[in-house]
Amino acid sequence: MNVRSQVSMVFHLDKCIGCHTCSVACKNIWTDRKGAEYMWWNNVETKPGTGYPTAWEDQDKYKGGWERKGDGIEVRAVGKLRGALTVFHNPNLPTIDDYYEPFTYTYEDLIDSPEGSDQPVAKPISMITGNPMEIEAGPNWDDDLGGSAVYAANDPNLASMSEEDRESIFEIQKLVFFYLPRMCNHCLNPTCVAACPSGALYKRGEDGIVLINQERCRAWRFCVTACPYKKTYFNWGTGKSEKCILCYPRLESGQAPACFHSCVGRIRYLGMMLYDADMVEEIASIEDPKELVAAQRRMLLDPFDPEVIAGAAKNGIGPDVIKSAQASPVKKFVSDWGLALPLHAEHRTLPMLFYVPPLLPVLAKVTDNGYDTSMDAFLGALDQSRLPIEYMASLFGGGNEGVVRYALRKQQAIRMHRRMITVGDIDATEVEYALAEADCTPEQADAIYRLTTLASHEDRFVIPPMHREEAIELLGDETPLEAKGAGVGFRRGPERGA
Amino acid sequence: MLDLLLYAVLPYISIVLFLFVSIQRYRHDPFTFSSLSSQFLESRKLFWGSVPFHVGIMTLFLGHLIGFMFPRQVVLWNRVPVRLFILETTALAAAVLCLIGIVGLIVRRATTSRLRRHTTAADIAVYVMLLFQIVTGMWVALGLRWGSAWYTQTLVPYLWSLARLQPDIQRVVELGLPARLHVIGAFVLIAAFSFTRLVHALVAPVPYLWRPLQLVIWNRVRPD
Repeated sequence: MNVRSQVSMVFHLDKCIGCHTCSVACKNIWTDRKGAEYMWWNNVETKPGTGYPTAWEDQDKYKGGWERKGDGIEVRAVGKLRGALTVFHNPNLPTIDDYYEPFTYTYEDLIDSPEGSDQPVAKPISMITGNPMEIEAGPNWDDDLGGSAVYAANDPNLASMSEEDRESIFEIQKLVFFYLPRMCNHCLNPTCVAACPSGALYKRGEDGIVLINQERCRAWRFCVTACPYKKTYFNWGTGKSEKCILCYPRLESGQAPACFHSCVGRIRYLGMMLYDADMVEEIASIEDPKELVAAQRRMLLDPFDPEVIAGAAKNGIGPDVIKSAQASPVKKFVSDWGLALPLHAEHRTLPMLFYVPPLLPVLAKVTDNGYDTSMDAFLGALDQSRLPIEYMASLFGGGNEGVVRYALRKQQAIRMHRRMITVGDIDATEVEYALAEADCTPEQADAIYRLTTLASHEDRFVIPPMHREEAIELLGDETPLEAKGAGVGFRRGPERGA
Repeated sequence: MLDLLLYAVLPYISIVLFLFVSIQRYRHDPFTFSSLSSQFLESRKLFWGSVPFHVGIMTLFLGHLIGFMFPRQVVLWNRVPVRLFILETTALAAAVLCLIGIVGLIVRRATTSRLRRHTTAADIAVYVMLLFQIVTGMWVALGLRWGSAWYTQTLVPYLWSLARLQPDIQRVVELGLPARLHVIGAFVLIAAFSFTRLVHALVAPVPYLWRPLQLVIWNRVRPD
């Protein structure tokens, strides 16, 4: 057993209101610069929808992630040999048009225009060329589906659904969507790291944060192709790739990352997870992608297990970090309750950002007699949800409906349980039956309820002590050269080369 | 006197600049060590420029290097006329690829407003130098036949005399104009090399081929 620690995340999608506060907080801190205008390390998408960059889930086009070859896995499209063949021109690299051309407006025209009979206007201009442009795409172009079914219809996940189901969700009354906030998953088996020919990308040993050493990046751009989530970005100004750094300077000073801290819906949870690093390759290579969600859970270790604690100590993980892992809300959502699932597990990167899938019950039907709110069961049956289980399984189950159904059924049971307590119009035996069906006890239901609705800042963000003080002391001569570029910032301004 | 400057002084200046500046830049300004890829802003036209250019230039570089390292073997190879034809044709084909590539790249940059806007003086200098080298090289290939044969007898001894720090410029000043231009252009290119984006060739990611895929870096020294 090779115990390692990883800062991990849970997003509770039932609570996301799609306000984009997370994206704006991140943008203001990290990517409000030339060459990075188009980057949104954190973004919020409307699902079903095409997302950002457009149709990023279409791996026939972008060819991200790992693919199974023989008994093992290989980086799809790039990687050692295929990367060497495409080093002069990468056919699977998204271009700026797959994101959007960044723009601003000629605001000065509003002030400087000569007096006349017309009202001056601020025209849109490209932030790349400075020329006037037509805005045809934006960072969040299909937000709330842009008021039409066009974007939803192009969602690659719809491929998992039957024709009938697909049509049914686009009937205007039933048109349904939810929000999917996305950021770097800080995967246990990151394809971006594996694909980087310069060795600029790496995973930090202590906390598993995936970073790009800006001084080693040589702009081969394979990380952009390799990440199936398209969460590494190419800065066209400096000629370097960039990505979410999980606000490590904030984490190291005990603060939650900006997107977590600013989350209005309080949907985000952060905590330390322990895992067995020796199992990474084996688990990522499992034949059936439908097994991946369960398999990934198997490699997450129980921080209360004395054997795990001993193994952690052997690897230099201190008792304070273990304590933090024991209190981790992520551990509760993922390991204890089975509520949170990784996004697109089928790419075999073992992402460490987990999502609690949203319950989208049908609460009423339009009938000949008007609006009928009397459903057969409280919140209706799962299979009559507004978005079919197949769709959710395509996103969160690696195609496995079972794990999604488990998470949704438990959420439904908890709502029944709470309804019984607060309103009292549901029969206790019915609730008991529902909880048993959902593999949940009343105690667990209450705990989930508390962490979902009442959790304080400290409950949601259990930030491990990062011991930056020790690391800084070691940045002297004994530290390997690579670590000097890691997390200590630039000694001078990052200037583009010639 | 001018010959001495061009063929006995310039080479040393360019080699010293090349070594000193690239090492200094790598050590003290690694951030600027980048290929500065522009594929993200324009991808379709890049294919028709970048691929032929790189395939051509790498073939040609390898050819020049083999001639320099193994002149005897090249002479022996060229003993049979058919083999000489094969060698010369391959070299010329590579030069044509290279020319198509560099012209494609120049046209691409000139006609794409996103790129034109962010083109620097260094980019233009690189294009001019490379184009000059390719054109003079093709002029040599077509005008002063057969280059692969006389290269080993004239320029290779000259280059080795430079390497032994006893420059013997007699053989090179007697060469035709295109060959002399090609030699001077080469030293200018080497001198400018490490100031430009061409440095990406020095950090070609060859070690990646045997590196383990995943990379984990510890900030703390791990107790083993």
